[in-house]
Amino acid sequence: MTTPLQPPARKNPQKRTLSPTRPPEARSRAALGLTAAAAEGRFALQVCGECGAVQYPPRDACSSCLSVDLPWQDVSPKGTLIAETQIRATTNLYFKDRLPWRTGTVQLDVGPSVICHVHGDCVKGTRVTLWNRLDRAGQGVLIAMPEERTPNMQDDPQLRAMTSDPKHRRVLITDGRNPNAPALAKALQTAGAAAVYVGEGETWRPYPERAALEALGVEFLALDVTDTASVTRMASEYGGKTDILINNARFLRPGGVLARRDTGFARDEIEVNYLGLMRLAQAFGPAMCGRTGDGVNSAAAWVNILAATSLCNTPEMGCFSASQAAARSLAQSLRGEFRASGLRVMNLYVGPTEDDWHQPLPPPKVTPNALARDLVSGLQNGLEDVYCGDVAKDMALKFQRDPKVLERELTMGGEG
Amino acid sequence: MARRQSYDGVVLAAPVSVPYERYSIETAHWWIARALRSTLQAAGLRPAELDGFTVSSFTLFPDTAVGLTQHLGLCPRWLDHIPMGGASGVVALRRAARAVQAGDADIVACVSGDTNHIDSFRSLLSSFSRFASDASYPYGYGGPNANFALLTDRYMSEYGTTRADFGRICVAQRDNALRNPHALMKKPLTLDDYLNARPIADPIALFDCVMPCAGAEAFLVMREEEAVRRNLPFARIKATIERHNAHAEDPIQLRGGWTLDVDELYEMAQCGPTDMDLVQTYDDYPVISMMQIEDLGFCEKGAAPEFLRDRDMTTKGDFPHNTNGGQLSAGQAGAAGGFIGLVEAIRQVTGQAEATQVKDAKRALVSGFGMINYDRGVCSAAAILEGAA
Repeated sequence: MTTPLQPPARKNPQKRTLSPTRPPEARSRAALGLTAAAAEGRFALQVCGECGAVQYPPRDACSSCLSVDLPWQDVSPKGTLIAETQIRATTNLYFKDRLPWRTGTVQLDVGPSVICHVHGDCVKGTRVTLWNRLDRAGQGVLIAMPEERTPNMQDDPQLRAMTSDPKHRRVLITDGRNPNAPALAKALQTAGAAAVYVGEGETWRPYPERAALEALGVEFLALDVTDTASVTRMASEYGGKTDILINNARFLRPGGVLARRDTGFARDEIEVNYLGLMRLAQAFGPAMCGRTGDGVNSAAAWVNILAATSLCNTPEMGCFSASQAAARSLAQSLRGEFRASGLRVMNLYVGPTEDDWHQPLPPPKVTPNALARDLVSGLQNGLEDVYCGDVAKDMALKFQRDPKVLERELTMGGEG
Repeated sequence: MARRQSYDGVVLAAPVSVPYERYSIETAHWWIARALRSTLQAAGLRPAELDGFTVSSFTLFPDTAVGLTQHLGLCPRWLDHIPMGGASGVVALRRAARAVQAGDADIVACVSGDTNHIDSFRSLLSSFSRFASDASYPYGYGGPNANFALLTDRYMSEYGTTRADFGRICVAQRDNALRNPHALMKKPLTLDDYLNARPIADPIALFDCVMPCAGAEAFLVMREEEAVRRNLPFARIKATIERHNAHAEDPIQLRGGWTLDVDELYEMAQCGPTDMDLVQTYDDYPVISMMQIEDLGFCEKGAAPEFLRDRDMTTKGDFPHNTNGGQLSAGQAGAAGGFIGLVEAIRQVTGQAEATQVKDAKRALVSGFGMINYDRGVCSAAAILEGAA
């Protein structure tokens, strides 16, 4: 049974903060297939398209028949832990700071043996389930988990090192005015967040979500993502104690290019959705990157809530989708820039949400509670890409299958 | 399958070991040059007279055997580079012997050497193999220690082996090393020292692990009449085997490629395990020595602990094993770790082993094991040598 994680002691400002380090990042191109699956929390291995042999480690040709047709497929993650060790000496600084480190050999039911991380509740000689997760280098790694859930299993130090679990962490939600803010704050508190900060622009202007947020006891910060001075000021005060940042600020008006007469709304969309993200990253990013090794409440994740149409434009929301695509592209850059520190960028892609601006659209729509649930579980599983709601999931599948086909589907003109 | 042809008429001579150093500021080229020079000098050869050359090294990058010809002023008509780690000694011998036998070369120098800078081991690990980068280093980065810990753990639970069983191998080898003036380990080792040592990767502790160091080893392969003409003590090659990626279907390594070819080895040598006067196994970890003792027919699979419990593995004992201390006590000089047992065996069967000499040693079994590409050693090889009467 895992020892429950205790809240961290108050930080001693005279002590040196552990420098960010990471496990080995180098991978072959083939091995990045594991990373791609881990980004979505799937367990997939290469399966030979000709003879069906399951392969591991990742490779370029089948070790049974030499076929080079080796697509990644979801396969059974079940197996038996046949050997284990506690590593007590290493030349890698990331692991050296976290010794001893438990690893083992799992013989998978589908064939291969894998060397993997081993959760503390696994017993040698018994059945285990392999999870594919991103490590702090942002690469897919396998961890053996007990077959059945065990008490506090998410608190296992090796598993926690791979997730962005909100438990005992301090979370900043950037825009209290977004209708999803109360649901997010509540879900994070339920998940054990130590503090929830909520940003507010134009604090004199009342808004309906304020009362619900007050009832939850969150801490309000004067933060307007379109105002560089306010972002910088808040970052200097809270940047060093923000462990998870959730950017839910969004400006949305419907319509494509010809539905508008000028670029006014488009400027607002870019100002909030794209430049807002950039301002936040420039102000909060460095402080968060410096604290990724800081113990129980280390900085762990940066979350962007993006429209699913950031993957592929839909002209009903044409200009807004373009700003979302810009934000998505910027998030990719941030992934690269944060990578060295181990700070994870999680994108939550949502379909149409249950709010005023999506009122004319047909269901299914994403409720604030559903969004909050998927976001928190994405953090708990350490994911990079979460598709929230049926529309987003559908769009992601189509995008992965064939982006051009999706584009044509979304941009069909009406009859005649 | 075609029968292997004998190695009649081809011999090994001029074994040299350049004394190891824990850390060196020199390069692999420097160490290899010293070994090559010593072996040539022992045979009274000038570099220009050498027409065959093979090298094994991890730290030569960006050079290979090709770069070394120009660097060292050699003009061989037969050249090889053998990147097989712990199997490279026996494999070099095999390649060179056939070249000499076929007339592709008259004299081949087989050389291995590596340097060890302060950060060499770390950087070697980081670029060892693609499978290791993809599928083993991200898991705790324990290096070979962690891999062999898993094999050892499995071996212990499968066969009921105790740590003391492994310890006896290490203790006996330290005893041998104390007679070898060039061994890095100079202090006696007791079983208690072994059992109480700092844990490295359970169940492996400090004295299960080799010490990386700098060093070089070399020997010459030539026709027998050439050795006689130069008045060199020489060893004959009775039989050799080599195998790669055997038993890939085993979920974890408890046996190596020797099992596939061991019958042929003894048949070709026309002798059996009990005819060996000494045995040199590849001893990066004691569990691997046990695996070789089993797979090379000294006892049944899983019975090595019991087999060794009744035997004395020192140079004065009834089962002389890794007579110069092996890698565990003499040091692991990179790829030279694949040569150390072979070079010592040549010394032994030619009566040149001095302080570590096994009395009346005539026949030796040398085994090689190399390259943890992912979760197990891929290369295995063995040779039986016999001193000229």
